[in-house]
Amino acid sequence: MDILLMLVWIVVLFAVVMLHVAYATYFERKIIGHMQVRLGPMRVGWHGLFQPIADGIKSFFKEDIIPENADRPTFLAAPIICLVAMMTSLAVLPFAKGWVLADIDIGLLFIFAMSSLASYGVVLAGWASNSKFSFLGGLRSMAQVISYEIAMGLSLVGVMLLAGSLNLSEIVEAQGDRFLGMYLMPQCIGFFVFFIAMLAETNRVPFDLPEAETELVSGYCTEYSGMRYAIFFMAEYIGMMVMASIGTVCFLGGWNGPFPVPFFPPLWFVLKVYLFMFLFIWIRATLPRYRYDQLMDLGWKLLIPLALANIVLTACIKALVS
Amino acid sequence: MTRPITKSLEIPVADGEGERYSLRMGPQHPATHGVLRVDLELDGETIVECTPQVGYLHRGFEKLAENKTYAQALILTDRLDYIAAMANNIGYCVAVEKLLGISVPLRAKYIRTITGEMSRLCSHLLWLATHALDIGAMTVFLYCFREREILLDLFEELCGARLTFSYPRIGGVRQDVTSAFIDELQRFLDIFPSKIEEYETLIDTNRIWLKRTVGVGKVSGEEALALGLTGACLRGSGVDYDTRKHQPYDAYDLVDFEVPLGSDGDIYARYRCRMEEMHQSARIIQQCIDQLPPGPIIGPDAPDLVMPNKVPARIEASTNAYGTGLIKLIRDRNLYVSGDVYVATEVPKGELGFYFISDGNNRPYRMHIRSPSFIHIGALAAIAKGELIADLIANIGSLDVVLGESDR
Repeated sequence: MDILLMLVWIVVLFAVVMLHVAYATYFERKIIGHMQVRLGPMRVGWHGLFQPIADGIKSFFKEDIIPENADRPTFLAAPIICLVAMMTSLAVLPFAKGWVLADIDIGLLFIFAMSSLASYGVVLAGWASNSKFSFLGGLRSMAQVISYEIAMGLSLVGVMLLAGSLNLSEIVEAQGDRFLGMYLMPQCIGFFVFFIAMLAETNRVPFDLPEAETELVSGYCTEYSGMRYAIFFMAEYIGMMVMASIGTVCFLGGWNGPFPVPFFPPLWFVLKVYLFMFLFIWIRATLPRYRYDQLMDLGWKLLIPLALANIVLTACIKALVS
Repeated sequence: MTRPITKSLEIPVADGEGERYSLRMGPQHPATHGVLRVDLELDGETIVECTPQVGYLHRGFEKLAENKTYAQALILTDRLDYIAAMANNIGYCVAVEKLLGISVPLRAKYIRTITGEMSRLCSHLLWLATHALDIGAMTVFLYCFREREILLDLFEELCGARLTFSYPRIGGVRQDVTSAFIDELQRFLDIFPSKIEEYETLIDTNRIWLKRTVGVGKVSGEEALALGLTGACLRGSGVDYDTRKHQPYDAYDLVDFEVPLGSDGDIYARYRCRMEEMHQSARIIQQCIDQLPPGPIIGPDAPDLVMPNKVPARIEASTNAYGTGLIKLIRDRNLYVSGDVYVATEVPKGELGFYFISDGNNRPYRMHIRSPSFIHIGALAAIAKGELIADLIANIGSLDVVLGESDR
């Protein structure tokens, strides 16, 4: 019976997240549109409100092209790996008090593991396409994810030290429901590193090198079409949401807000996640793209030392205070 | 079942031992600005060898011109640099006028200067848009197109076409400017400087933009001269050369403007040069509007169709276009002389030269076009060597090549 209930919850979460993903693309196109003095989608439905659904139907019925020289099984598996890894990390996110599918004690580690796994999908896609542009995209992605995974992990160590736990619900509870309790203030260095690493981890501008369209055509997904391409797209957006959720949980106090909401407890959580999403989009509309070597420079020479310094600082202060 | 699998892909193992990876960029690639193909030899992402291949857009204009009269060949020049067609038209007309010794009325000279500078603005706006997009700044692209749209509307108001104008004529221009056109242009000039500032706030001091452009694609002044670079690519390296200033044509000797110079010769210097040029172009147009003299718009000895200044209110239907008096054909063919001439004009991309050999006929014996894009693409190999793929893209954008002009 428990398992059945769990399955129902999984399906509900899946549906809700998929809807959010669809409308996150709409959100992005609208916001970027208005930032760039144009309107964004306007044709399908009122102000293009049904555009994501039309897009979904379109990509579903499109021809699924598999290059002749591609490594077929790997080529087919790659987008699935991406999507599954990203979806799995949703299981440990606490949307509100008690609103979590798997309340495990290594929640944060689990998310790291899954987001690393997702990068396998990208690397394999680049490799299996048997195209030179895809291959370069895959290589770039590998180097980028490895470097920034380290920076991101280290930036969250400060949070772990303060909260004394890896369980995401406990991290939220450790911050309390007061505004000043948020780890954003004591962990501002950590947040800075986390935010940049988050952009790199999700392949967003200014770190969208694996799919830099003006350099590598479309990077690792050059050879993908139809639904398989859409799956990469979904994985990217779920990735953004997962990263935004970690940011919310670890730095912005999770589901806590200025006042509790009676009927829909995750409201504050959702709003904070959308704040992050807005930042993602805003940055995309503003910044140019880094070069490959500059990206590595930034990761290894600035972010990792900063994150390490933050760990030492946090540990010392915590030892002194207690 | 045997099927080629991934090992058929010649992917080098990263052992650091001279293993190369060859990549063919283009002719269909989002960032090669048309149908440029660049064959790359890579070591990791560093370019070891770079061989640009041109010719995918070759249409044989130089040969075609030999079978057309001087007036007919004008429309071919529209299709050279289709982003700044007006500047090519003017370049062609200036060259033919010099060859045949045709005089141009002062008003026509001013109008040509205005339209030439407008097309420079068009071209530079498109350059900035695509250059920024290549480097990843997507919003600048749309901002630039917003202003370019105003200019294209103005061209439409002026001559009915938005892209291929054929507006200048040998010996003058086709139609006179209207006061509505001048008013609209004035309104554009009033807002334009603030729009340039808007682009600059997005990229000019942006750290990422600076990292991508400062010190990248460096060309010293001597190198630039040796490679034959012209236009902003040459001036970015600090060489003061601008045909508008040093061999003035049209009304450029009657207006006051500066030639912006860079010093470092990198992508950022070229970027700054072109941004300054936009300010200067606006300044030239402003002066031309203020000084615009009255008078005829086409010389009496133009070897061309001539439109009447005033269209009659009512026209009788006639199968004979000349009978209506709307168009008259100047039939005096004695003006053709034999000899040869090379005339260079400053188009947005650099120095556009026309070389004519005439045997006294009404069509050129030989026409050669010195197109800046062709020479700039040639320089790409030297500039991009040793840099990264991402820099190659930035360099192509910065050299501001257009393949219609390169391949002719």
